[in-house]
Amino acid sequence: MSRWKLFVPLGLFALVLGLAAYQLNQPKDDRIVSAMVGKPLPEFALPAALNGGQPVTNAMFADGKPRLLNVWASWCLPCIAEAPQLEALDEAGVEIVGVAIRDKPEDIAAFLETHGDPYSSIGADDLSELQLALGSSGVPETFVIDGQGIIRHQHIGDIRSEHVPELLAELREAQE
Amino acid sequence: MIAEIGLASLWLAAVLALLQLAGGVLAFRTDGTGGENPMGMFIRPAAIVQAFFAACSFVALLYVFAVTDLSVKLVAANSHSAKPMIFKLAGSWGNHEGSMLLWVTVMAFSGALIAALERRLPERMMQATLAAQGFVALGFYAFLLFSSNPFERLEVPAPEGMGLNPLLQDIGLALHPPVLYFGYVGLSVAFSFAVGALLTRQVTPEFARVSRPWVLAAWVCLTMGITAGSYWAYYELGWGGWWFWDPVENASLMPWLAATALLHSISVLAARDALRAWTILLGVIAFSMSMLGTFLVRSGILTSVHAFAVDPERGMFILVLLGIYIGGALLLFGLRAGAVAEGERFAATSREGALVVNNVLLSATLGIVLLGTLYPLLTEAFDVRVSVGPNYFNPVSAIFVLPMLVVMAIGPLLRWRRDRLERVMKPLALLTVIGAVVLAIVALVADIAFLPLVGLALAAILAVASFIPLRRRKLTRVPLATWGMVVAHFGIAVALFGMASESAFSSERLAALEVGETAQAGPWRVTLNGVDPVAGPNWTALEGRLAVRAEDASRTSEPIMMAPQSRTFWAPVQQTTESALATRWNGQLYAVLGNQLDDGRWQLRLWWKPFVTFIWYGGLLIAFGGVLSIIGRVRKDLTRRSVRSRLASRRADERALEAAA
Repeated sequence: MSRWKLFVPLGLFALVLGLAAYQLNQPKDDRIVSAMVGKPLPEFALPAALNGGQPVTNAMFADGKPRLLNVWASWCLPCIAEAPQLEALDEAGVEIVGVAIRDKPEDIAAFLETHGDPYSSIGADDLSELQLALGSSGVPETFVIDGQGIIRHQHIGDIRSEHVPELLAELREAQE
Repeated sequence: MIAEIGLASLWLAAVLALLQLAGGVLAFRTDGTGGENPMGMFIRPAAIVQAFFAACSFVALLYVFAVTDLSVKLVAANSHSAKPMIFKLAGSWGNHEGSMLLWVTVMAFSGALIAALERRLPERMMQATLAAQGFVALGFYAFLLFSSNPFERLEVPAPEGMGLNPLLQDIGLALHPPVLYFGYVGLSVAFSFAVGALLTRQVTPEFARVSRPWVLAAWVCLTMGITAGSYWAYYELGWGGWWFWDPVENASLMPWLAATALLHSISVLAARDALRAWTILLGVIAFSMSMLGTFLVRSGILTSVHAFAVDPERGMFILVLLGIYIGGALLLFGLRAGAVAEGERFAATSREGALVVNNVLLSATLGIVLLGTLYPLLTEAFDVRVSVGPNYFNPVSAIFVLPMLVVMAIGPLLRWRRDRLERVMKPLALLTVIGAVVLAIVALVADIAFLPLVGLALAAILAVASFIPLRRRKLTRVPLATWGMVVAHFGIAVALFGMASESAFSSERLAALEVGETAQAGPWRVTLNGVDPVAGPNWTALEGRLAVRAEDASRTSEPIMMAPQSRTFWAPVQQTTESALATRWNGQLYAVLGNQLDDGRWQLRLWWKPFVTFIWYGGLLIAFGGVLSIIGRVRKDLTRRSVRSRLASRRADERALEAAA
């Protein structure tokens, strides 16, 4: 066997190593954007999550006013982190509809007590059915819904303070 | 306190690994001058004490998990006080840091075993081997201590833990990683032996005979680990499949393929002093595949159901270790393998010839799996996202596996060095007839795909062929190692039969049933008797009660009861499906309970999988064959050595008597 052939395994390994090193330093985007963006909301009717609250249906979104649809849960830690930003949006006059995933009324009440209540109404999605229909893969996620009930934008993960203007811009765009 | 003891033990173990390496380097460098460096004598004890400290550290981790010490970050992130004890313990290796600690503990343990037990090789080679083992361990200790400390404390203890992923809260998965790790990391011994042999330029049959039982032991663990993992995925994930070509499954398959090739080439080296460079290369590759697998799983570079630590910094750390160890070993191979004299020659038609073909085909399969696993990495560099699945792996690996199975049937019938095919004409004709008959019958009776059809015929051929080496031999005098080969090869036939039968004859039924209604699945009638809530220690579930009767049984006959569950865990919140299995000798009925529909009916998914269990019976047989082979080889080698030493001492006595006379 000629000597250079003995170095073939090393060469192949160097290739794999280089490729792996390159890939490792690439920013990785694991976020899966919903295929529902740009489409109308699926038909749904969620019962109220709080005793004495309003039920949430897709029909509510077709009155010409853009809204935020916030998918969250009282057991979710990043939801606590985004609570102040939702408050800020609420104060800016945005109507926020909540969808509580696999939650209990008493836990929701406790959460709103502690972290504030920016929601106009909250629907209970006990089996994640609406969440799956929306193409949302986790909590929290926030959707911008325009006045015709069409999903215009999806925000994955908690809303940080720098995202508030972005969402307001999206809402203004949805208004036009 | 216990956590600090664990961390201190880890540091001590790392220092001992350094001592092991330094001792080896010093002993190796000064050897040429004639005098032996005193540092050499520290190497074996260092390896043993290192294993002791690594074990202490691991026990400390088990302890903090057992008592749910929530001031330890790892416990708070992965455990919960309301978990059953077995899953608290399993939680210690069900996460990144803990599993890496288990990794180095097994590595230290393997090193200590060869340091304590292996006295058959020249001391110089053992020192080089142990130094290599210490060197590899050192890198992984550094990884733990600098970037994955399992004993890190929280400044404020958490009020409650986050819990363990419910999918992992299963007895199969609790035990599967440790067994698999013994296999994975046990291969480090083969790697170190290969490096030791290259450094001392002693690639000899003696080296092959000595390292063979160690490679076998790692291979047995790997076989059992893969078998258990496959069965876990089958019944826990609720998809009814037993192999998904997931990157992490591939990561365990690749070392197995390399170790299987190594096992066969090492036999050629031991028996015939041939295939020297090739054996060494396989020794390096086998453990390299283990390390590569660890990298793929730990860096999160590939998307997989198993990837649980997505952290590029850690990934980079392991990648650098990979570069040092694999790159170093392959460089050493390139420099030294040319100096390893070519081994004995042999004819193409011979036992060696068949083993070479087997080796090439196994390596080709390994290459195919490696390419498929890394392919998404390659295309992502060009911004294309792909996922490579069964559509690639099944047909492409079959190209190499099917011919390999044919060679596997014939190879053991051939003689070493030189043989003629005419000599084995009779058994070959018999096997051909068996294959043709099975092929014809199955093709006529059932309408199935090409691959399963060929699989069934090959399984029949292999099942018979694996026993032919025993013909005309007195069974009580057949060496144990030969029995090992027979059993392992038969295990391949059994597993192949299970795989082919499962993919050819499975029947699936999706039904929506009201309570009291009956659905048909394969030869079974399944009646939904009811759905009840049940509660476990940290979950609640809906449990379906199914009564199953054979198609031809009367309505009043005693039914088999099955209870599939849909579980909801609350820490962390997650739903899992617990499938219910009814096992018969000729297959399994597999039931999964789905959601309730709006009209009150329940979704049921039913599979009848004929002979699916043979896949895992086969896996167990293969591992059992390996165990028989280890016992046989070690016993024979020890007998031979004791005979030789007795002969030597008798000769010395005789010489002394002559001198006295």
